[in-house]
Amino acid sequence: MTTSFFSDTAVLLKRSLRHILRSPDTIITTAITPIAMLLLFVYVLGGAIDVGSGSYVDYLLPGILLITIASGIAYTAFRLFTDVSTGIFERFQSMPIARSALLWGHVLTSVVANLVSVALVVLVALAMGFRSGAGVLAWLAVLGILVLFTLALTWLAVIPGLTAKSVDGVSGFSYPLVFLPFISSAFVPTSGMPGPVRWFAEHQPVTSIVNTIRDLYAEHPVGHDGWVALGWCVGLLLVAYVLAMRTYRAKIA
Amino acid sequence: MTTKPAIEIVGLTKSYNDNAVLRGVDLSVPSGTIFALLGSNGAGKTTTVKILSTLLKADGGTATVSGYDVAAQPAEVRRSISLTGQFAAVDEILTGRENLVLVAQLRRLKDPGRIADDLLARFMLTDAAGRRVATYSGGMRRRLDIAMSLIGNPPVLFLDEPTTGLDPQSRIEVWKTVKQLAGQGTTVLLTTQYLDEAEHLADRIAILHEGRIIADGTLAELRKLLPPATVEYVEKQPTLEDIFLAIVGHDDAVPRPVTSPVK
Repeated sequence: MTTSFFSDTAVLLKRSLRHILRSPDTIITTAITPIAMLLLFVYVLGGAIDVGSGSYVDYLLPGILLITIASGIAYTAFRLFTDVSTGIFERFQSMPIARSALLWGHVLTSVVANLVSVALVVLVALAMGFRSGAGVLAWLAVLGILVLFTLALTWLAVIPGLTAKSVDGVSGFSYPLVFLPFISSAFVPTSGMPGPVRWFAEHQPVTSIVNTIRDLYAEHPVGHDGWVALGWCVGLLLVAYVLAMRTYRAKIA
Repeated sequence: MTTKPAIEIVGLTKSYNDNAVLRGVDLSVPSGTIFALLGSNGAGKTTTVKILSTLLKADGGTATVSGYDVAAQPAEVRRSISLTGQFAAVDEILTGRENLVLVAQLRRLKDPGRIADDLLARFMLTDAAGRRVATYSGGMRRRLDIAMSLIGNPPVLFLDEPTTGLDPQSRIEVWKTVKQLAGQGTTVLLTTQYLDEAEHLADRIAILHEGRIIADGTLAELRKLLPPATVEYVEKQPTLEDIFLAIVGHDDAVPRPVTSPVK
């Protein structure tokens, strides 16, 4: 059973990766909005934003990376929705293959696709003057947090992918996720926000994750925020996974 | 046909909320035959096929496929069936050949490439093998869809409305394929809303109406349900299908479907 799970997942992963290679526009469009925001905020609005020492692009990049992932998972939901609506999902389910392999194929594809988009955004940021003296370990830690964040949002995206009735319903769910970084420390420090907004900003996952990545890039010690960020990522991942699997089992009952 | 039935359904029921779709379906499909499940839209044909192919759980009754219970031994059932759903379930972004290789790999067969090439040739898709399925016509998609179902030679094949939406030529091609399969010993359960399709293809026909089987037998047996035929002389007009096939030059020696005076 386990051997068939891994080999089936590998075959299906290869299939959806091929989809992405055939439509690289999904990766480019995922990266293009965050890149536009990066340009807009650094070159237009950034001059009026005071983030203390350091350049604004250094300050901004971590939040932009999260926005990249939040918009990228819409394609994961879309790909899954397409499989369900074309009937190929039912074809696979009626075949003697590991039942959750199809989901894992999509989930792993999502991780790969989002990391490629994130890499594109980082390259643009480097061209715009983003610099970090972070060592290999710090970069790996950033990568680890981004992968956890992607996995959490991807399992969340599985739910609309399986249940949506229309394409609009599939893509709509990610808008609030893309918006969340605006009410966080991603663009401006939370200290200037009025009371309730500041409270929300400081207690939602994006702020702790952004602060952690920022500290890692700036070679600052990652303190309390690191644990909070890890807790949010792992917690969201577990909740999303359980909900997605429950939706999946109801679907294939 | 001396062995036990390939598909056996007893007292199958299924409701969606308050809507009873199947109200006690009994069916027995002999091994190696083509069995047509005939019914209008909403009669419960697709629901029956979904339960038999382990995609849906029944509320009551039992169903066995190749001797395996669909509820208790779904993995064994999946190993002995193949499903061709109502809409061609093909991957549009992949090429025709890649679709076939994918299924062969998932069924863990040796030499997926050769299996794919054989099927491409058999279904007259060799020229289109390297093209994305998105560029295929409806008939080509359906042929690819059925070809994907044949990989691994499952003994029982479910075809859910295999010719709905196809042009007359593609329909005849599908019919030929189904006949060939049955000739090789595959059991085919096909659902259709076309009376001539059931009449032309099936060894046995069951009529599903409002969630129950209201008639079940060979065409000859079903004919006996009606009063004996009276002889009348009627001028035989060609059907529109005859005309269509004649003028587009479809010269295949396929026996034409008997066009019965059923509306």
